[in-house]
Amino acid sequence: MDKLYPSADAAVADIPDGATIMIGGFVGVGAPWDLIFALVRHGARNLTCIQTATRVEMAPLIEAGLVRKMITSFPGYASADKTSAFEERYKAGEIDLELVPQGTLAERIRAAGAGIPAFYTPTGVGTIVAEGKPTAWFDGREYLLERWLPADYALIRAYRADRLGNLVYRRSARNFNRVMATAARITIVQADEIVEPGAIDPDQVHTPAVYVHRIVQGSGHTPPLPGAQ
Amino acid sequence: MVAAHPRALSPDLMALRVLRELQPGMVVNLGLGIPTLIADLLPPDSGILLHAENGILGYGPFPRAGEEDPDVINPGGAMVTLRPGASIFDSAESFALVRGGHVDVAVLGALQVSAAGDLANWMVPARGIGGIGGAMDLVAGARRVIAVMTHTTREGAPKILQRCTYPLTGRGVVDLIVTDLAVIAVTPAGLELREVAPGVTAAEVQARTEPPLLIAADLAEMRF
Repeated sequence: MDKLYPSADAAVADIPDGATIMIGGFVGVGAPWDLIFALVRHGARNLTCIQTATRVEMAPLIEAGLVRKMITSFPGYASADKTSAFEERYKAGEIDLELVPQGTLAERIRAAGAGIPAFYTPTGVGTIVAEGKPTAWFDGREYLLERWLPADYALIRAYRADRLGNLVYRRSARNFNRVMATAARITIVQADEIVEPGAIDPDQVHTPAVYVHRIVQGSGHTPPLPGAQ
Repeated sequence: MVAAHPRALSPDLMALRVLRELQPGMVVNLGLGIPTLIADLLPPDSGILLHAENGILGYGPFPRAGEEDPDVINPGGAMVTLRPGASIFDSAESFALVRGGHVDVAVLGALQVSAAGDLANWMVPARGIGGIGGAMDLVAGARRVIAVMTHTTREGAPKILQRCTYPLTGRGVVDLIVTDLAVIAVTPAGLELREVAPGVTAAEVQARTEPPLLIAADLAEMRF
């Protein structure tokens, strides 16, 4: 089955209002920019978005008013006297926030991709992220119960893809892209380079093709990073 | 409130003092702020592996002109370099290795530390919604946590408190506090003043610290 789509716009065209969408990237590195801007043009609204932070990859979607809820580890600035597009809309009550420690976010996504509905973690015990969550003691230490985090769509970025969907990432652009690819009903990849099956050594595949549903040739375009340091 | 101490250390000297806690063979994670300075102070032969939670083990200093690779960044978003022997992994594995106890030391910036070693470092309630990032995972998983901060706020209020007033990052997680005035260990008996900055007295540190300090029998001057 050929998973290649003619454009980023075609690849996101069926995303409905209210969808839950994971977006890869870390401070812009490994960000699927073509897919993000295609989603802005597509204009699906009331989205629940899962991204480790809000101020770079999420900025175009938040500024376009498409995001209803954000599931993230870094919604604002820790100490600087600055605000972000997210923070303004959150304070105005236009966006809901589910605050998740970054490692718990990654593990909840991993669990969803691996069929594990919940797991215990030491992260966040005794903090506000523990509020309302069951805890249990194992071998003398308290742990929090956290649930899996699946999504309808994952928008991710790869360095190289073959036409079957085997993926290779480059350097720290791997970040959340690899794990998000496993946890969505439909995973859409923006690849910097698309090659024929066999061109990627099987030992070097980071994401097996089974996780990938749609592939788009990336433009390589990186916008000026919103709110970059 | 007490006036700022004229002999308070610079961030670079605080980073140098933390460096003395790190030994060859250790895996170390550096948080944002002052801890980031340590990456550039490490000699190439330090034998210390720096972990970046965005998926790098073995990163090095900031790149020189012509060496930049935009796909190699630290968790603050700044470009760094890869040391020979570096490895790359995804965010899920990066935090699995944190929670699994494979990081020896996490050096984190702090807003407040309590007498029991509670850490608050992700939100100043008056300033906005803050950001946890990987800090809660690091304090839960690292074998040793070093908190680095100025001893008092800009307004002169203590940041080492009986109880933290800001939202916690973790409960009872800090092992050592390095400030611009002192080195203080969190012990079962309480906070123990182990070192003072050159020209600073134990009484001056206590005056700027809310909980009572135990004075180490071998109280020493900080060295760098």
